Amino acid sequence: MSGHRQPLLMLAVAAVGVALPFVIPDYRAQIAMLWALVIMAQTWDITGGQTGYNSFGNILFFGVGMYASVVVQRDVGLDFFPGLVLGMVVGAGIAAALAVLLGSMILRMRGHYFAIATLGLGIAAGEIAGGWDYLGAGSGLSPPLFPAPPGTANLFFAYLYFGVAALVFVALAALYRTRFGLALNAIRDNEDKAEAMGLHTGVYKVTAWTMAAFVLGLVGGAMGNMLGFVDPRDTAFAGATFGVWMVLMAILGGKGTLWGPVLGAVIFHITQELLWTHLLGWQRVALGVIIVGIVVFFPQGILGWARTRWPARHEHQGHGSERA
Amino acid sequence: MAANVALLGDAPFLILQLLLDGLMIGAIFAVAAYGMALVWGVMNVINVVQGELVMLGGFIAYQLTLWGLSPLWGVPVAAIVLYFVGAGLHHVVIRRVADRDMFISLLATFGLSILLQQLMNQIWGGDVKTAQSGLGTWFLLDYTVTVSQMKVAAFGGAIAIGAVLIIFLKRSRLGQAIRATAQNPRAARILGIDTNRVFAATYGINAALCGAAGALVVMAYSVHPYIGLPYTVRSFMIVIVAGLGNLPGVIVAGLGLGAAENFAGFILGVQYQVAFVFCLLVVILVIRSTLLQRRRQFLK
Repeated sequence: MSGHRQPLLMLAVAAVGVALPFVIPDYRAQIAMLWALVIMAQTWDITGGQTGYNSFGNILFFGVGMYASVVVQRDVGLDFFPGLVLGMVVGAGIAAALAVLLGSMILRMRGHYFAIATLGLGIAAGEIAGGWDYLGAGSGLSPPLFPAPPGTANLFFAYLYFGVAALVFVALAALYRTRFGLALNAIRDNEDKAEAMGLHTGVYKVTAWTMAAFVLGLVGGAMGNMLGFVDPRDTAFAGATFGVWMVLMAILGGKGTLWGPVLGAVIFHITQELLWTHLLGWQRVALGVIIVGIVVFFPQGILGWARTRWPARHEHQGHGSERA
Repeated sequence: MAANVALLGDAPFLILQLLLDGLMIGAIFAVAAYGMALVWGVMNVINVVQGELVMLGGFIAYQLTLWGLSPLWGVPVAAIVLYFVGAGLHHVVIRRVADRDMFISLLATFGLSILLQQLMNQIWGGDVKTAQSGLGTWFLLDYTVTVSQMKVAAFGGAIAIGAVLIIFLKRSRLGQAIRATAQNPRAARILGIDTNRVFAATYGINAALCGAAGALVVMAYSVHPYIGLPYTVRSFMIVIVAGLGNLPGVIVAGLGLGAAENFAGFILGVQYQVAFVFCLLVVILVIRSTLLQRRRQFLK
């Protein structure tokens, strides 16, 4: 993706995003899910691809947002839309605060220890929520009904997630060009050197993770309402679905690139929707096979592969070199 | 919660009961952890599929009871079957990721763990399974403390498995080759050791250990397709606390973890026992990184 074609591509994607819910109105729920997955992959890549800190537990922030939002809607007593907005903001705020608190402790760990610590956090959160009566314990919570005919709910969420995805994309595109983005890449490429150059690596890492957490909190906050139920292990802290998917999508598209997570999410979601109905009961087995297959045979992702295939087209786009 | 603590103070035999139960399951944790340390030390792979291999061993022993055999046969049978499963997994997946970035092998084995979970779910269903070994229960101290004979047998079995493994690693040719490869794979290759075969054998032995442990688990406790991950995390914690290649450390850490978990389950409530395991993992990792940080400042 060379520089002068970037805006054109963004416009094209934006046009598709605006038109899609009316071109194929039967698939509005899937479209909303598609953009939500795009956001998850994008935010995973902030720490995973750009900073080199591969998290298995970003699902924590998603689930916290989902629970916080539904609890606010249940307990504050606002109308649907003000309640949803307040809930999403509160959820995102709690998720961000958690990221600061936990991040300052566990982002000091290098590499795989961080990955395993985050894995533990994501599962621990699900187990705690599953035992906590205030959060409905094992049976979870039910969000309020959407106050309009069923079809419009999916239309609303499709545009909501599309809007957030577009905002996140533009913000990340700008962010990765700044000194901040370069600092993240420096940490990924050689953290000791980055530190020796005088970068406060801890601050950069925690800030990056907090940004991801905030956005994931928003996504989770709306997802509870979209799916219609909050279950501690199956929807909120769903490590075996959303939790792995976000890592997988970013890797599939090409981690550490701007478009990679978007591309990965689109391909993954479409493949999944096409295949899943034919695989009754065996979907998750197939997911395991897909994970292993991609990780073992295609770890550089589509854009990473394209970059080694046609190096000349990418050379001025400095960031994104894969650290083996 | 406070009431549970007070109850412990009022009834000391409860402490003894929890301690005994904890130590007995801790020995099984130590076996799985020793396998993980072996793979980690020799191949530099953190094997996230560890717990699913334990569960698979349990399901194999359960399957034997469906065919009318005693689940005690499950210990050797599961070990043998799992050895080949492990060697197969190594051939198809592990050998392709072992020399890459550790994140790749983490993610690959995590994918394997999802795959095995779902396969077991398809084959044996999503219910908790146990196998009756036919052993009874001892009552101690005026019927206040119960000791399941199966748990004692599982404890003894775990110790025996560990002893066999140590003798194997010390005495046999393959064991010596494994230890040499762990020390320096390149030098081992120069000396004529086929390190690829050693890696396959190491992974297979690890899987066999898990299988035997799983057969003990299904008799003394229970198995379920989705409760493998806690076993992985327990193994991982034990290995970090003990350090690679520190067998006495693995045993002490394993027994300690078993006891700690049982007390936590009693005090916090059983529904939080798994949450305790995962929180403990994070706490241990944070403490570890703080200690490392301090050492680096000291060196500077």
